[in-house]
Amino acid sequence: MTERFVTRGFVGRRTQPGEAGDLASRIPPGQYLTPDFPVLSAGPTPRTPLDKWTFAISGLVREPKQWTWDEFLALSARDWTVDISCVTKWTKLDMNWRGVSVDTLFENVELDPSAAFVIAWSDGGYTTNLPLGDVLNGQAFVAYEYDGAPLAPEHGGPARLVVPARYFWKSAKWIRGLRLQREDEPGFWESLGYHNRGDQWLEERYSGD
Amino acid sequence: MPRPIEWQLGTVTGIQTETPTVRSFTLGLPEWLGHRAGQHVDIRLTAEDGYSVERSYSIASEPELAGQLEITVERIPNGEVSPFLHDVVVEGDRLEVRGPIGGYFVWETSLGGPLLLVAGGSGVVPLMAMLRHRARAGATIPTRLLFSSRGPDEIIYRDELDRLAGHGDGLEVAYTLTRQQPPGWTGYSRRIDDRMLDEVLRPLGSGARTYICGPTALVETAANALLRLGLPADRIRTERFGPTGT
Ligand SMILES: Cc1cc2nc3c(=O)[nH]c(=O)nc-3n(C[C@H](O)[C@H](O)[C@H](O)COP(=O)(O)OP(=O)(O)OC[C@H]3O[C@@H](n4cnc5c(N)ncnc54)[C@H](O)[C@@H]3O)c2cc1C
Repeated sequence: MTERFVTRGFVGRRTQPGEAGDLASRIPPGQYLTPDFPVLSAGPTPRTPLDKWTFAISGLVREPKQWTWDEFLALSARDWTVDISCVTKWTKLDMNWRGVSVDTLFENVELDPSAAFVIAWSDGGYTTNLPLGDVLNGQAFVAYEYDGAPLAPEHGGPARLVVPARYFWKSAKWIRGLRLQREDEPGFWESLGYHNRGDQWLEERYSGD
Repeated sequence: MPRPIEWQLGTVTGIQTETPTVRSFTLGLPEWLGHRAGQHVDIRLTAEDGYSVERSYSIASEPELAGQLEITVERIPNGEVSPFLHDVVVEGDRLEVRGPIGGYFVWETSLGGPLLLVAGGSGVVPLMAMLRHRARAGATIPTRLLFSSRGPDEIIYRDELDRLAGHGDGLEVAYTLTRQQPPGWTGYSRRIDDRMLDEVLRPLGSGARTYICGPTALVETAANALLRLGLPADRIRTERFGPTGT
């Protein structure tokens, strides 16, 4: 559609009461602000006991690395305040997490120079793919606390990936590892019609966008 | 590069009141390429000055209906889009639509059964598309719908569901009313729990393909209960819309 279509009679709610106008610049196209933290997932919420939980870095690294839950908690962590956008249209500002930067995780392995893509994989079989460049330099972290409390299972606990610059499906819930690959490989939603990259500022929602 | 899912203009050809807070809208879409039961569309509303919003709505109609589709919308007080659709849109209006979207929460007769559908409120919408598809295809796959609503006036698609269940083609519908029951009510009268799911699931067996849609609390409860009842996790597909409710 080249000419802009106008919906008869639509004005819109615009900014909600009490919302400063400058917040608009933080809301990606087609998104709306929500005060809730909605839950979306394709199947039942997996529950792995913490004494069985491990986090692995595998694939194109010199030596694969694995942490137990206690070892993971001992890694240097920090607080992150980030805006999150879900492809289902909600955006939530200033979400407070605590977790370990992917950079910190990678300091413990030696990446093969041919590694170009990361596959995040989770309990329950979920996967999502990201170019290596999308998770480095503070762009991604593995969170285990939200708002000062352990991350709830329905929100991806015990630990989830968080990649604030991409639609939230890239922030794999129940994450158990990162696999480094030379070739890209579409993950769960990426194989089901969602965009391979998922940049919310470019509105890369569905494949072909 | 895959082809983008283009925005199309749909014309509202029918509006039907389902319950006091729920309406269905039929959209004529000449360029619609078809969908699978369970998928959704995005609707975009745009104001004169270019301000626009988008929301997702499950497709209620079966894929066999060519050139048109139906969505069913619950009016959320103070919402931006659903009150507009309810209060402003009339027949003949045009709406921007794109889709179909979503390839996981889908069912078609070729996937087989037995089929267990669990719905809360407007979560019944994508499941209705599955039931309409099943009926249209003449399938006799053993199927059960467990449908939770607050009160008797809030059961979406009640007449049609009763009619479909009356065909004797292997579909059974069980209702539960959580807040208010009419005199002589013979359905369930509580929130979905393990015992209820056990009763509904039992005749289908623990190999049932299961689709659960509704508010998060209902989806979590039902999915966890079904896992306890022995259903493998990969047989359970969930979809949630609406707030967390907590
Ligand atoms: C994949 C998918 C499929 C969907 N299918 C349907 C469908 O078939 N039918 C349908 O009616 N909706 C469906 N929805 C929800 C729909 O997209 C909108 O979220 C809903 O219509 C509310 O939009 P709104 O603009 O009116 O309210 P908003 O302005 O977005 O919200 C106003 C307030 O209401 C809250 N709210 C949002 N949804 C609900 C709810 N369901 N109950 C109570 N409070 C709520 C919000 O959190 C917010 O605080 C679907 C959503 C998704 C992601």
